[in-house]
Amino acid sequence: MNLFCLGLSHHTADVATREQFAGSATAESILRQSGCAEALLLTTCNRVEVYAVSQKRVSTDEIARCLMRRIDIDPHDYAPPFYRYEAEKCVQHLFRVASGLDSMVVGESEILGQAKKAYEVARTSGAVGPYLHRLFQRAFRVAKQVRTHTDIARGSVSVGSVAVDLAQRIFGKLSECKVLVLGAGETSERTARALISRGVSDLRVANRSIERACELGHAVGGRAVSFDEWAVQCREIDILITATASETPLLTQGELAPMLRERLDRPLFIIDIAVPRDVDPGVNEMEGVYLYDIDSIRSVAEQSLALRRQQVAAAEAIIGEHVADFIDSISRGLNRPSQTTDHPSLRENPLRASQP
Amino acid sequence: MDRYLLIASTVCFLAAVVHTIVELRAGVFRPMRFNFFAVGLGFIFQTAFLSVRGHAVGRCPLTNLFEVFVFLAWSVALMYMLVGPLYRLSLMGAFTAPLVVLLQGFALVMPIDIRHPVKVPANPWLEFHASISIVAYGAFALACIAAVMYLIQERQLKTHQLHSVFYHLPPLTDLYATITRLLWWGFALYTLGIVSGFFTGHPLPRVQVVAAIAVWLLYAAILQGRHLRWFAPRWVATLCIIGFSVALALLWGIEFTAEMRPLP
Repeated sequence: MNLFCLGLSHHTADVATREQFAGSATAESILRQSGCAEALLLTTCNRVEVYAVSQKRVSTDEIARCLMRRIDIDPHDYAPPFYRYEAEKCVQHLFRVASGLDSMVVGESEILGQAKKAYEVARTSGAVGPYLHRLFQRAFRVAKQVRTHTDIARGSVSVGSVAVDLAQRIFGKLSECKVLVLGAGETSERTARALISRGVSDLRVANRSIERACELGHAVGGRAVSFDEWAVQCREIDILITATASETPLLTQGELAPMLRERLDRPLFIIDIAVPRDVDPGVNEMEGVYLYDIDSIRSVAEQSLALRRQQVAAAEAIIGEHVADFIDSISRGLNRPSQTTDHPSLRENPLRASQP
Repeated sequence: MDRYLLIASTVCFLAAVVHTIVELRAGVFRPMRFNFFAVGLGFIFQTAFLSVRGHAVGRCPLTNLFEVFVFLAWSVALMYMLVGPLYRLSLMGAFTAPLVVLLQGFALVMPIDIRHPVKVPANPWLEFHASISIVAYGAFALACIAAVMYLIQERQLKTHQLHSVFYHLPPLTDLYATITRLLWWGFALYTLGIVSGFFTGHPLPRVQVVAAIAVWLLYAAILQGRHLRWFAPRWVATLCIIGFSVALALLWGIEFTAEMRPLP
């Protein structure tokens, strides 16, 4: 039996190439057409991968043909940049993928959910047998361990998640926080949604067009307030998100000083995502005020990414241990009578490379 | 024999410090398990040391500067064991351990473990006064540690330079609430210590009374300023550090003058 994985990812192929192979095949159809014993298809926006177990070697072209959207293209001529990992390398690759090490944004957790979903779809259709079952269950465990024992998933890398992360570092629980969104643009909407998703219940929206404020307020579960009232609202709120099209700063040290006197022991977190900026940079010098403009949010995101990259070696070490242990347990499992070894495919060790 | 217990305790706390430094340098800091275990083990050795020493001197082991420092280190560890898990301040262990190592290391290295003839016979009020005052110092020490954590977190947020430790430090508002609680705990215990001093049945040395009241007034002013919002949180944190440094210097002064004073 041969365990192998082949696919295309953001490392090897551009989106135009990837989309040629995404969306048309299913694990079941690959199983039927290629003659594999087990198959699982993992399709995300960044990768199209097939994990399979077969009695005899199945060529890359055969699998590519199963995946192709257009049957009139010959993969021989097309020569897409598929990578192929066999046996131990395949195990290692899956563990890296599930742990987010192979992702475009290192450490992102979405891939784990996508892998779980792909496994569930393949399992339901009967395309997953005992080998892939074991392999994927172990991959999910590895991913969890990597996330728990390293800082690979620490920090945030998008405007919304950085804002939420920083807000939590200042206020802890966000359920008590009052938020004012000034300017109802797309980025402020995303940031507001991210805050709502982390428990913010009091969200106010002020916009020059009250209709748009009402619309956004309704969409995110907040309420609209008059744009003229925003300065008054600033006395009450904990988080201010500004994204107006104002040419001059709306908030300066002089305007903020009287408001701060009444709230000396309550921090004020300001996220200024407007360009030109809505808040005078000098405001950050004021006691208890934490001002982040779009550049500083980007800088935080870059620092988070750098921090995650530092964690790759630690994550690889965990993965290395699991790969060795998995191979060992599979080999031992073959000699031990159990429920899973009743499956005919487990009588042979799948962890050998395909013979050409 | 008892010094070995103290050395074992210091080694445990030192292990927590080294572990923290190594992990922070590697960028894979995991504060919870090892630090709490090391601090917990160090605390057990400290308690054993104080118990052995207490039996040897036949009273609460606060008879010289050496014992005062160890008792203070024990109070700091005790407060951490109570406050750390309660407020999910696991990283506080990493900050507590260096202070304990400093106090115990100083006590072990300096020639201050001198047995003095007993000046005043032990009585429950005196024991209570001395021990509760040092436990109050433990609370002030932990407030000082929380203040250091607050200032580090605040600095990172202000400058937008977030290091690995940023993600392990508690939120600013939680730290500020912890500082306030510890200040109140320390202040209440210290007040109790001062008041109980008047019931010991012995005349109190003027210098000790003045120093004790000075520390009490200092912390009363910090709490009053915090309560009436005279000071911003950053200043409260800074004053906590200054306050504890002053209190520690005065404690040393009090003990030093007490040891130098001729027997009545």
